[in-house]
Amino acid sequence: MAFESLSDKLQNIFKNLRRKGRLTEADVKAALREVRLALLEADVSFKVVKSFMKSVQEKAIGADVMNGLNPGQMVIKIVNDELVSLMGSETTELALKPAGEITVIMMMGLQGAGKTTTAAKLAGKLKSKGRRPLLAACDIYRPAAIRQLQVNGEKQGVEVFERGTSVKPPQIAQEAVAYAKEKGYNVVLLDTAGRLQIDENMMEELQEIRRVVDVDQAILVVDAMTGQDAVNVAAAFEEKIGIDGVILTKLDGDTRGGAALSIKATCGRPILYAGMGEKLDDLEQFYPDRMASRILGMGDVMSLIEKAQANLDESRAKEMEQKIRKASFSFDDYLDSMEQMKKMGGMSSILSMMPGMNNSQISQLEGQIDESQTKRIEAIILSMTPQERANPDLLNMSRKQRIAKGAGVDIAEVNKLVKQFDQARKMMKQLGGSLKGKKGKRFGLKLPFGGF
Amino acid sequence: MAEEKKGFFRRLVAGLTKTRDSIVSGFDSIFSGYSSIDDDFYDEIEEILVMGDIGITATTSIIDNLKEKVKEQHIRKPSECKELLIQSIKDQMDVGDTDYEFENRRSVVLVVGVNGVGKTTSIGKLAGMLRDEGKRVILAAADTFRAAAGEQLTEWADRAGVEIIGGQEGSDPASVVYDAINAAKARSADILLIDTAGRLHNKKNLMNELGKINRIIDREYPEAYRETLVVLDGTTGQNALAQAREFEEVTNVTGIILTKLDGTAKGGIAVAIHSELGIPVKYIGVGEKIDDLQKFNADEFVNALFDVKTEGKDE
Repeated sequence: MAFESLSDKLQNIFKNLRRKGRLTEADVKAALREVRLALLEADVSFKVVKSFMKSVQEKAIGADVMNGLNPGQMVIKIVNDELVSLMGSETTELALKPAGEITVIMMMGLQGAGKTTTAAKLAGKLKSKGRRPLLAACDIYRPAAIRQLQVNGEKQGVEVFERGTSVKPPQIAQEAVAYAKEKGYNVVLLDTAGRLQIDENMMEELQEIRRVVDVDQAILVVDAMTGQDAVNVAAAFEEKIGIDGVILTKLDGDTRGGAALSIKATCGRPILYAGMGEKLDDLEQFYPDRMASRILGMGDVMSLIEKAQANLDESRAKEMEQKIRKASFSFDDYLDSMEQMKKMGGMSSILSMMPGMNNSQISQLEGQIDESQTKRIEAIILSMTPQERANPDLLNMSRKQRIAKGAGVDIAEVNKLVKQFDQARKMMKQLGGSLKGKKGKRFGLKLPFGGF
Repeated sequence: MAEEKKGFFRRLVAGLTKTRDSIVSGFDSIFSGYSSIDDDFYDEIEEILVMGDIGITATTSIIDNLKEKVKEQHIRKPSECKELLIQSIKDQMDVGDTDYEFENRRSVVLVVGVNGVGKTTSIGKLAGMLRDEGKRVILAAADTFRAAAGEQLTEWADRAGVEIIGGQEGSDPASVVYDAINAAKARSADILLIDTAGRLHNKKNLMNELGKINRIIDREYPEAYRETLVVLDGTTGQNALAQAREFEEVTNVTGIILTKLDGTAKGGIAVAIHSELGIPVKYIGVGEKIDDLQKFNADEFVNALFDVKTEGKDE
């Protein structure tokens, strides 16, 4: 039980609160005690928790809660409001100068926070937005750091400026900016070495960089799994260098992410992006209010819906919905929906954003949704003729045998797929009926997730 | 022996000075600032332990334990309470005698961990340490995923003066392991150190890959003594516990390397891990130089964290 996530915990607490019609002061206190434990277990800084609990308690043990019709909801609202106000309620964009000028972005942080990877991801993101980014290798200390940046830069199609390991980082930064001017780049990303915030010499190096080049955005890169130390790190970088924005990395792990709260409360700077995976395009916009509601166990529904909207062609979704209702769903449509899902980051990414999903459930489901099996299913469908895909009833034994050969799988797998597909179609027929009545109350993505 | 101990101790203390300054000064003031043992006193202990990343769960059990003993032994003075507290944490953290057995055997050491904890650096340091002890060491660069990881390890291999077996970026890590085992056999190496790709412990496929590496070692090199070390970042909070647990599930974890203890992080999570999972911390990383990896000593670690009257304070 010690490994429940913060959202699981709060969900459990509030489940109990909801069950009661009315709350006593003792109930509120008990619930808040659990909130406190959960926050501490989530690695939120002790001091931040302390002040958070104080303000929540002040608001909760007041007349409003006692007199409210639904006390449980009231407590949730207060805790949520406080969390949101702590996280900051608005999304902040990385501020860039007009395209005609050079914006200098300096990445900084402790060792292993993910600066180099993040710098390359950010460069790729800016490039896709039409900017002309240049990466500058200012980590001359860690073995092969320059090489790592070059490899990642190449994957993003972004040039890397480097001067080897014998030129001092401030000079490299200076030369990189001059080079950018010459070559017409308009964003320079400085990848600096990881350093401890108590390492005076290394901190001076960053100050020196700030002195010699005009750094527009000093970005602190922080591992989302950081513990109580997050506060010390943020405070020191803010005091000595100045922080303009924060990028949280490794949020795709099962960390409860309390560091996000701590950092925001300590330096007051916005969290701009969240690193959500190991691939280079897994750098996502950070939504503070959604993070807060995710912590409270309401799921990151907003992110999910937005993701779906961005990736799903609306007319095709409608068409699909029609098909589901009529149960005229074919293998082609199935392939199509698998493609759409892939665009949304795969099953596990979708699951993690669903409300009420906890980590153990997700990993359980992940076990069933082996991604390599998805590939095999794809292979099977692709081995069918267009006629067979459009009309699954055509599939007889000899056709199935041919398909199995073509896909390089056992015929039993083809049979299994066809059978499951039939079941799914039947299910959709029933679902089609119920869909007419209710509008998707929870999440109305009309895609056939189930079955396989 | 005394000299060596002092060297280790000073290094540890130097690394932990900041930590100690906050923890210890905190402790000093509660132990002297309170005239009796009451709820406020315990609340303050809780605060200090939690801020040391020991975690609320482990902290609660430590304090419950403490309360019980205080009652049993009729302790009234806060200062006596301090001795008890230190002793109970030491008891938890005790390292067994056989924990470094792999250094004396023909062994395979698999090093695992999530991204960015300092796996490759720790392996480089460990290789240097073993090399200095006169062991024949071979490194296997089985992190074929992260860009330039192999080159980073090669750099460390050069510094330590040991041999390295690698593979192309993107190649199958299991095949690198296979090659490395053959090389280790052919050159009768004492210790084969395997660097693996950083993986978040909740990524199923990558964790399965570890299982595959394990099977290859078992099949190709069954006579080797097995050691599996999880590298944990000392600045990580409670998630380090989840990491240790998940790795424990796919491989038989025999020890922990706790890194980055030279900053302000308290490394208290080690206490929680030891008490919850029983996995001993075997090494700690207290800096970036090749000799900045130390064998873990529970007594000195806890002393360095708590004892106000060490030489570190006077410097």
